[in-house]
Amino acid sequence: MRISDVGDAAFSVDCTAGPVPAVLAAVLGRAGGVRGLVEVVPGLDSVLIRFDPLATCRAEVEAWVVERLGQAEGLAEAEGRLWRIPVTYDGPDLDAVAMACGLTPARVVELHSGTVFRVRLLGFQPGFAYLGTLPPELRLPRRAEPRLKVPAGSVAMADDMSAVYPWDSPGGWHLLGRADIALFDAERDPPALLAAGDRVEFVPR
Amino acid sequence: MTALRVVSPGLNTTVQDLGRFGYQAQGVPVAGVLDPVALRLANALVGNAPGEAGLELCALGPRLAVVGEGARLAVVGPVRLTLTRDGESCRLDHDRAHLLRDGDVLALGAVEGAATAVLAVEGGFDLEPVLGSLSTYSRAALGPLGGKALSAGAVLPLRRPHPSDEPCLLLAAPFDYGAGPIRVMPGPQADRFTDEALALFLSSDYAVAKDADRMGLRLEGPGLEHRDGAGIPSDGLVAGCIQVPGNGQPIVLLADHQTVGGYAKIATVISADLPRLGRAVPGTRLRFSAVSLAEAQAARRTLEQAVAAAVAALRSDGGGLDLAALYSANLVSGMVSGEEP
Repeated sequence: MRISDVGDAAFSVDCTAGPVPAVLAAVLGRAGGVRGLVEVVPGLDSVLIRFDPLATCRAEVEAWVVERLGQAEGLAEAEGRLWRIPVTYDGPDLDAVAMACGLTPARVVELHSGTVFRVRLLGFQPGFAYLGTLPPELRLPRRAEPRLKVPAGSVAMADDMSAVYPWDSPGGWHLLGRADIALFDAERDPPALLAAGDRVEFVPR
Repeated sequence: MTALRVVSPGLNTTVQDLGRFGYQAQGVPVAGVLDPVALRLANALVGNAPGEAGLELCALGPRLAVVGEGARLAVVGPVRLTLTRDGESCRLDHDRAHLLRDGDVLALGAVEGAATAVLAVEGGFDLEPVLGSLSTYSRAALGPLGGKALSAGAVLPLRRPHPSDEPCLLLAAPFDYGAGPIRVMPGPQADRFTDEALALFLSSDYAVAKDADRMGLRLEGPGLEHRDGAGIPSDGLVAGCIQVPGNGQPIVLLADHQTVGGYAKIATVISADLPRLGRAVPGTRLRFSAVSLAEAQAARRTLEQAVAAAVAALRSDGGGLDLAALYSANLVSGMVSGEEP
């Protein structure tokens, strides 16, 4: 198990060979915390553990996490709900994506809307869900220069993932289209609409 | 009700506390003040707990009118303050508390030489926390006042109907944030860069680009080369993470940073130096130096001791209107007691 410092107030637990990050985060959540623990943030292949360096020492938090790794190892992720999200496929990058992939734009739409995605991770922005996995024909690295403003509702893809941007924000993904859906509402509990494990289908409109 | 009414909002003035924790796993950024030292000192000046929410000013402060029975407030950071009372205007000092009356208008001018300054009010603002915090994250409209920066006409109700009788406190000296290189711990993905890139990063000047904001500082300087592309499987982030997208120009993440990101991170600024970064204005030239975890922990303890020492050294003001009022009250009380048997 590889553990890397992320400054003096956090460390990252590598899960490439270990438990599903969301499962480890859930196990740590149920364990009720340890002195100085501030936040547990699952990534795609890792879990970030944030602590208060004035309230605890890193070794103490690390030992608490390592003790619970075994518990998370064998557990599979729970099966989630199925969401069908209508999309207008008129994004500014649709043609460029088609060209880079050697496909027609119509074929890009067909492949994207023909995939049942799974929520692998929430993050980046409130309610932003990382959806896996994109068909191999559509995979492109993210843009070298991130856009300063991606409009809310943009349906996007990069690498092997897709997503809907819940908010106007900077972003480096390729924009395929638009959806109207409230992915986050602070009045809701939990505020994020999608949860890790949920399945998502995009429906062209 | 006693309140501050926003006459003009300034540029991106927001309510902030020390951050919103516990929701990063749902994608909710921590937010909070860019300069937590300034918030803690401003709160100490008005007798608040260190994490009470205040107003963070960026570039140009607001004009605020006091409505009700008066308020004690303090501004920490380099801002010109002008008080207008009964038609007369005078300058007030920052880095100290002031007692304001009903009808007073306080104009907070340009923030000069730092990116932000903080205003705290005795007792704090009577606002409704969102997801456990009064921090404003405007990109997702999270926080009090609709999750947005102040707007003209907005009213900030205060918890205290009137200020206490305590003397006004001031900082003994402006807080010393330290100088020298910004200290970082390499990683968590330093191995995703060439050896030359890390050496270059630690030996070059980087200038803060002009689009710096609460989310982060884009840096301009020698490009940093990745070993195998800029992309990584997205992982959790903290303020201070230095991510490098494909163009090789580093970005230091600040309070409003996204919760996870997919660019390799060459290094992470240590927690003791985050307040310095939060103060960095566009054009500032930064140097970075690598330290160990033990050195980072020692640096953080040193910062905490410096803040505690600054709080311990707060002193009462030695003059001005408030003392004159106190003096005359003493005289009156002396006369009364002289007539008693």
